[in-house]
Amino acid sequence: MDKNRVGQHISAEFNNELADIASRVLLMGGMVEQQIRDALEALVEGNQKLGAVVVSNDHRVNALEVAIDEECMQVIARRQPAAGDLRLVVTAIKVITDLERIGDEAEGIGHVALTYVPPGPGANMELRTMGRHVSQMVRNALDAFARTDVELALQVARDEEMVDQEYDSLVRQLITYMMEDPRTISGTIQLLWAARALERIADHARNIAEYIVFLVRGRDVRHLTVDQMEKAARDVRR
Amino acid sequence: MYLNSLQEQSPMNAAPSTNRGAGLAALIPDAPKMDLEKEEICLEVQNLNLYYGGKRALKDVSLRVARNRVTAFIGPSGCGKSTLLRCFNRMNDLVDGCRVEGSILLNGQDIYARGINVAQLRRQVGMVFQKPNPFPKSIYENVAYGLRLQGVNNRRLLDEVVERSLRGAALWDEVKDRLSDSALGLSGGQQQRLVIARAIAIEPEVLLLDEPASALDPISTLKIEELIYELKENYTIVIVTHNMQQAARVSDYTAFMYLGELVEFDDTNTLFTNPATKQTEDYVTGRYG
Repeated sequence: MDKNRVGQHISAEFNNELADIASRVLLMGGMVEQQIRDALEALVEGNQKLGAVVVSNDHRVNALEVAIDEECMQVIARRQPAAGDLRLVVTAIKVITDLERIGDEAEGIGHVALTYVPPGPGANMELRTMGRHVSQMVRNALDAFARTDVELALQVARDEEMVDQEYDSLVRQLITYMMEDPRTISGTIQLLWAARALERIADHARNIAEYIVFLVRGRDVRHLTVDQMEKAARDVRR
Repeated sequence: MYLNSLQEQSPMNAAPSTNRGAGLAALIPDAPKMDLEKEEICLEVQNLNLYYGGKRALKDVSLRVARNRVTAFIGPSGCGKSTLLRCFNRMNDLVDGCRVEGSILLNGQDIYARGINVAQLRRQVGMVFQKPNPFPKSIYENVAYGLRLQGVNNRRLLDEVVERSLRGAALWDEVKDRLSDSALGLSGGQQQRLVIARAIAIEPEVLLLDEPASALDPISTLKIEELIYELKENYTIVIVTHNMQQAARVSDYTAFMYLGELVEFDDTNTLFTNPATKQTEDYVTGRYG
């Protein structure tokens, strides 16, 4: 994380505490990214063993969320952070909530991988593409946090709309599978669940991107359109 | 178990998240924010410069103080916040070599204009200092002092004012049975509230508080802060404090000063969550700018 954001306090210990929160959020983000990658690979490659690993690893993500929450609470109680420091702590608390949900969605995909039978050739392709985009969004959201990069955060918000479209088109495609051959219904529904999970992950990545704008600019841009969000994010007071 | 939770939110009936935009944003209430433009202005400082001899202690300060609100001045030692506070009732007149340029309007009238009665001004603008300074008299006489000075000797009227003032300063219940005891026997926190009672006995418009709680323990400090919250119903309050959390707790507006300049003046919520200047940010977060 940007040295200016956490450093230069009169209290060096306070610097350390804030830097520690930021780095643990990124650590948790890295774990969640790995979970998404593994879950997708397990599903697409039919690797049930890897799916089971993803499911069993989710508790690590959860444990880190609890630990970071606790750390943030202690900093609030002991340091009464203000201004940018306060926004960093609040952002951390909110980011990890979404990261934990992303972890849950990845775990869900891992579950699906345990029993998944592909409904037809090519069905996995679209999911793989969507999965790549969603993974990149999560990566970018975390990078935006690490570098306090508002432009990258805005990119994540724009990408989320693209993923929504990919999801809609995948759903339409899967419906035709089911209509053509009822024997594919079971596999298609599993695939739909996985796609839905990816779409949710994209939503969470966008939430994180919104918190980054709040962190850097002090503007709350939740529940806005991308255009409104960009306008608010670029309306700089200082 | 996981499958159950998935079935509840089956993708087929879930609405895509397009529910964003102006419609929704309009429904979100704004965070409570003070707006100086909508306030009645009690004090207005216009391009104020103050010199102690050759040293310029205040540099072109302009700000407005809203009526029945608490305005806090924060900043490092020597930034001019106490100097500015003292300008509001011309306490600086007593300092040798002190010269003031610019103007301060109280209800639209320049308090530095020629022909202003300073004693009258100080009745309108009361002041409480860092160290409680009760007179070596009884509790009763401390509060009645201002009125006696004005020639009021009607016992019933004095009784009334003393009780009302002590109640106003949240001290009545603690001292009502020993009004004739010496004020010096009170604790520091009680003495400070007594001094506030003395200040409000003459019903000023404005109360200036210069570090009113810095010599007090945490409980007394909280009582003073609670008192400030109640007092703003009837008075306009300006407070100088070294304790940033205190400014954040009690004030509606906060001014950050540095080296004699007013760096930033905004509603307190904004100043402590999203200040506009890096200097303010550095100060409220405990960094060296």
